Amino acid sequence: MQFGRYVLLMQRVFAVPQRWSMFFKQVVQEIYKLGVDSVGIVIFISVFIGAVITMQVSLNINSPLIPSFTVGFITREVILLEFSSSIMCLILAGKVGSNIASELGTMRVTEQIDALEIMGVNSANYLILPKIVAFVLFVPVLVFFSMFFGILGGYFIGWFTSIISAETYEYGLQYWFSAKYIGYSILKSMVFAYIITSIASFFGYNVRGGALQVGKASTKSVVNSSVLILAADVLITLLLV
Amino acid sequence: MNVLKGIDLTIEKGEVVSIVGPSGAGKTTLLQILGTLDKPDTGIVHYGDINVNQLKEKDLAAFRNKNIGFVFQFHQLLPEFTALENVMIPALIGRVRSSEAEKKAKEILDFLGLSDRITHKPAELSGGEKQRVAVARALVNQPEVIFADEPSGSLDTQNKAELHQLFFDLRDQFNQTFVIVTHDEALAKLTDRTISMKDGQLAI
Repeated sequence: MQFGRYVLLMQRVFAVPQRWSMFFKQVVQEIYKLGVDSVGIVIFISVFIGAVITMQVSLNINSPLIPSFTVGFITREVILLEFSSSIMCLILAGKVGSNIASELGTMRVTEQIDALEIMGVNSANYLILPKIVAFVLFVPVLVFFSMFFGILGGYFIGWFTSIISAETYEYGLQYWFSAKYIGYSILKSMVFAYIITSIASFFGYNVRGGALQVGKASTKSVVNSSVLILAADVLITLLLV
Repeated sequence: MNVLKGIDLTIEKGEVVSIVGPSGAGKTTLLQILGTLDKPDTGIVHYGDINVNQLKEKDLAAFRNKNIGFVFQFHQLLPEFTALENVMIPALIGRVRSSEAEKKAKEILDFLGLSDRITHKPAELSGGEKQRVAVARALVNQPEVIFADEPSGSLDTQNKAELHQLFFDLRDQFNQTFVIVTHDEALAKLTDRTISMKDGQLAI
């Protein structure tokens, strides 16, 4: 039943905007609010995770049979393939998803959505489409940031500790590199961005009741989009690899 | 579940009609269907020659913007905008030029005795004032009909009487049609026609 209502909502969302000028203005605003404001947390998390992956891998692989540059290789693969898209989007599902769900939910319970509706605005299209478009467009930028800073995090381990040397790490990074993985990661992240924004919008837009329900909706949106992101991750990996 | 069970109703231009009945009789549902906010599973709603059930989402939104005004129990003004802007918004959505919309909105707010409150946001207005701003917003596009759901439900006696008088003034001056859902006996008695509802049917 939920799925049916989701499809019906999306049908209203994906209509031609009533006013293109308003739509573009909204998209730019949403890019700031959902995207640019997330750059900080993405950089922060990526640096630390990149560093930790490098440490963990080098501390766990101490077999004479495996060359030490494997550490760089594994760090790169983990960051490019999974971390900067899937894990990053799981974290963003928390930040962006709850933001969207609580914003729309509050507009619903304070009857602002009804106000738009009675003035003759397709509120679903006006409020939700810019969010989806903005985040799907901007998420590749976040993925790039995440990749760059994740790998930089690994360098920090090379530069400042004796666990692995920066040269070995760098050799591993460049070993058997395939640029295809970056495209693959970006494609995945765009699907995830759609999941995050549309699911959060669905739960936020359909809030009934008061402030408590807004909180519940934002929790629900985070849980559901996280589950869907993981499911989509498996599916896309099966299809593309 | 059927909320409404076979309702046959015609409303003339310039009429002030009240809909009364116990809670759960389907008054609000009827109002939402008449106001095109909700679609009936069966049956049709005509405005003049237009069958609104056949309009597409986008056309329907435009139709609602041009022809229908709403006033609800809770004012539903947008909190980030001033009284003047709230009144202007429906006109702007209907692609009226902003200078013209502003002139129009000021005229209406003036008529409703709110000219010194136009720069205030909803939070800075009293309950009665908010409700009058909501009426002004409903009026700005000169709609065919204004639907009001318990418009005076959250007001004190004084403000209530003023708001009711306003409806009749607007009817007398602009031949404005009103359909009002109310629990208020006094208001129902004043209107041209009272429709009682019970269990989703028109009671005679």
